[in-house]
Amino acid sequence: MIAIQNMTKVYGAGEAEVHALAGVSLEIAKGEWVAIAGPSGSGKSTLMHIIGCLDSPTSGAYSLNGVEVSGMNDTQLAAVRNREIGFVFQSFNLLSRVDALGQVMLPLQYQRGEKRLPRGERAKRAREMLEMVGLGDRTHHRPTELSGGQQQRVAIARALAQQPSILLADEPTGNLDSKSGADVMDILHRLHREQGLTVVMVTHDPKVAAQAQRAIYMQDGLIAETQVNSALPGAQQGGA
Amino acid sequence: MDWLESLNTAWHGLNANKIRSGLTMLGVIIGVASVIALLSIGQGVQESITGSITGAGSNLLFVAPGSFQMGGVESPSGSAASLTYADAQAIADPRNVPDAALVAPEFGMNTQVIFGSANLNAQVTGITPTYQPAFGLEVARGRFISESDVNSRSAVAVLGSQAARDLFGGFDPLGQKIKVAIPGVGGGRIALTVVGVLAPKEGSRSADPDNAILTPITTAQTKIFEGRNALGEPTVIKVNVEAVSEERVDAAANQITALLLRRHGFGPDEEGDFSVTTQADLLATVQQVTNILVVFLGAIAAISLLVGGIGIMNIMLVSVTERTREIGLRKAMGARKVDILMQFLLEAIILSLAGGAVGIALGVGIALLVDKSGVTNAIITSQSVMLAVSFSVAVGLFFGIYPANHAAGLKPIEALRYE
Repeated sequence: MIAIQNMTKVYGAGEAEVHALAGVSLEIAKGEWVAIAGPSGSGKSTLMHIIGCLDSPTSGAYSLNGVEVSGMNDTQLAAVRNREIGFVFQSFNLLSRVDALGQVMLPLQYQRGEKRLPRGERAKRAREMLEMVGLGDRTHHRPTELSGGQQQRVAIARALAQQPSILLADEPTGNLDSKSGADVMDILHRLHREQGLTVVMVTHDPKVAAQAQRAIYMQDGLIAETQVNSALPGAQQGGA
Repeated sequence: MDWLESLNTAWHGLNANKIRSGLTMLGVIIGVASVIALLSIGQGVQESITGSITGAGSNLLFVAPGSFQMGGVESPSGSAASLTYADAQAIADPRNVPDAALVAPEFGMNTQVIFGSANLNAQVTGITPTYQPAFGLEVARGRFISESDVNSRSAVAVLGSQAARDLFGGFDPLGQKIKVAIPGVGGGRIALTVVGVLAPKEGSRSADPDNAILTPITTAQTKIFEGRNALGEPTVIKVNVEAVSEERVDAAANQITALLLRRHGFGPDEEGDFSVTTQADLLATVQQVTNILVVFLGAIAAISLLVGGIGIMNIMLVSVTERTREIGLRKAMGARKVDILMQFLLEAIILSLAGGAVGIALGVGIALLVDKSGVTNAIITSQSVMLAVSFSVAVGLFFGIYPANHAAGLKPIEALRYE
């Protein structure tokens, strides 16, 4: 599903050149749950941004669902993001004046092509998504009327509304207390288990990383260590 | 993202900050309203000025000695010497100028006019009976200057309605004697008996009949002013000619020019020592001036519209900065550059269009109020409304495109990281 070959990302030029990624190769299979961990500056966020098609690599190949995306322009990347990727952010990134239903409907209006849901069916889809994360009774609540855990669940519903093939989560529990964090993780686990969702998660938290089938530890722009959690069902040996 | 969605998103963006959106609109409202109001007033002024020149019809033309001067301008007596009473009579001869219907020579100058304690500096105009039909004057009381008054140089006067009020207040002027100062060294005064008062007449053709003090032309030439040239011939200051029809005005002007050139001993291609001006000439001159007025007023209003546009740009830039994370999020969800561009551009256009709509209502209201108040006419034309609307949309587009482009160009990662 995700195949990255010898990828580098260089910021700046000359003296100030920073090698955020120094040649990373990685494969992630459909339905896999992968955690990317590592200290700040290790390149894990850069890797995540490139996997999420928010950024392009300096060199190397990136094939997503068999499509080479590393050479795409902004507009093409936007289409890939909408079709293939759902984002969950540490700080939720909900629009402050929009209710839960509206939040979940947001990505649907950017859909193009045959996947595009007719306008009349979007509210129904959004409601289903909110029910899926246990917020069927909170459809008309605004972010300020929801707890942090509930906000992050709205964000998960939003990330999955256009039925992407990958969920990218950037420290999804970083802003939550342990109870809400556990709730959010439970939902992600359930979706992963029941719907075969591919999850790629960036985290600092070793406990969160340990819940993944495979945990990748990064250091200085390279994959330093890969841990396969064989205790979890579906775990497999990844990498090149 | 289709149009309706972009529109909806833009609308929600504006609605989220009602006061700010309202204040931004206010700039456009004031701009559009002032464009419409000032253009309407300008056009109203233009209309009333040209209307007063055109009066009952535009078949009048004026013959003056030397270069033409507008009515009411005092000219030294010597300057009138080139146009004589005999010239006027020659013009009146249908064999010379077949297209002239009425010929009304006049000899008028400013002087003091006194009755009792009332003292007026006014133009005393010597005329012939044809002056009455040429200017469409009506006598309210008494009679007009007659042929026999002219022949016998009678010391009589006919007063315009305002002149009568100024001199007599509420008294009946008929039969009273007004004293007219004779200009020059050792002038003295001459008493004129008031024989008639004109009906009030609004908006005249190059004359001001309400303030007129009319007397037989012969009386003006010989008894009040020095109206003779070096040869002792009586002169006139102006000859008003009414052509038989509007179409024949130019023909009459040519006939008069040819006649006077011949009489004054000039060749047919020479300049001559007189001028023949048609009402169309006058109108063109006045319109040139009033056009400048309209453009000037419009330009002032356009500046305020420009300021309103800068207000839009300013607020849109603030709004883009404020919503950087939202833009990043939308891009992460798959919004393309053009989607973000449309969202913010539409916000700017909605602001300017809504402001334009309110501004039209306000501008039309102001124009109507000015019109009703009687200060001046105001004419609301569809062109001025259309100009204001298209200008406001253009302002929205022009000043919206920079902030919108800025928003669309944001890098998603940096936008998402923005605090």
